[in-house]
Amino acid sequence: MENLNGYLIVSAILFAIGTIGVLTRKNAIVIFMCIELMLNAVNLTFISLSRHLGHLDGQIFVIFIMTVAAAEAAVGLALMIAFYNNKESIDVEDVNLMKW
Amino acid sequence: METLFFVIISLVAIISAILVITCKNPINSALSLIMTFFCLATYYVMLDAPFMAAIQVMVYAGAIMVLIVFTIMLLNIRVNATQKHSHKVLLGSILGIFTLINTVVLLFKSQAAKPVVGGYTGEMIKNIGHSELIGREMFTTFLLPFEITSILLLVAIIGSVILAKKKI
Repeated sequence: MENLNGYLIVSAILFAIGTIGVLTRKNAIVIFMCIELMLNAVNLTFISLSRHLGHLDGQIFVIFIMTVAAAEAAVGLALMIAFYNNKESIDVEDVNLMKW
Repeated sequence: METLFFVIISLVAIISAILVITCKNPINSALSLIMTFFCLATYYVMLDAPFMAAIQVMVYAGAIMVLIVFTIMLLNIRVNATQKHSHKVLLGSILGIFTLINTVVLLFKSQAAKPVVGGYTGEMIKNIGHSELIGREMFTTFLLPFEITSILLLVAIIGSVILAKKKI
């Protein structure tokens, strides 16, 4: 696979964009979507290296990552709905009950 | 030809990923994220992994994004563009760009990209079928992690049912 570095660079760029989104946005759902973006960047790395090395282990890992992402989506969105019912907002700045 | 296609898909993926973090409205962010997921599915097809592309479209662009869009529309958050937080954006962007530079430097310095010849080639995937190879690997070598995943899903089900109660 001669184009491996291209895939890895695209993956690094997507990961960095996801990092910037997590660090700068205040809407909890957008932060959540940026985490999904970072997970997908890692998936791209796994699959391109798996193709490059000729092993299927990386693709099995991607399936597990997708399972974790689905579980995280279910629990995280339930948390956000519970928080919205209490505070009428999903800004991360309003999550300050345990802050001193 | 393949390089041109790769560049076009990369441009679409990166521009829509930037739109995810710059759009004010969360619905627009969600639609851009779906676009990015489709670009990643295209990459997976180019990397001889059609089963992963199908799962990417069905699980991510289908299930997870429908859940996120459903939550956005259920909560119906109003967008207030009046808040200013410039220093936070600057600091976060510097940290993110530092992450990018660090990753790219590590990528070009590392020797890990030497090809170790494994058993699976593109012709083999085309002849036998990708899903059969994945299934064979998953239910023999990775059987125990596969079973542990079911415990994770059980925990997620119980957690979301408890979090969805009226009084919490």
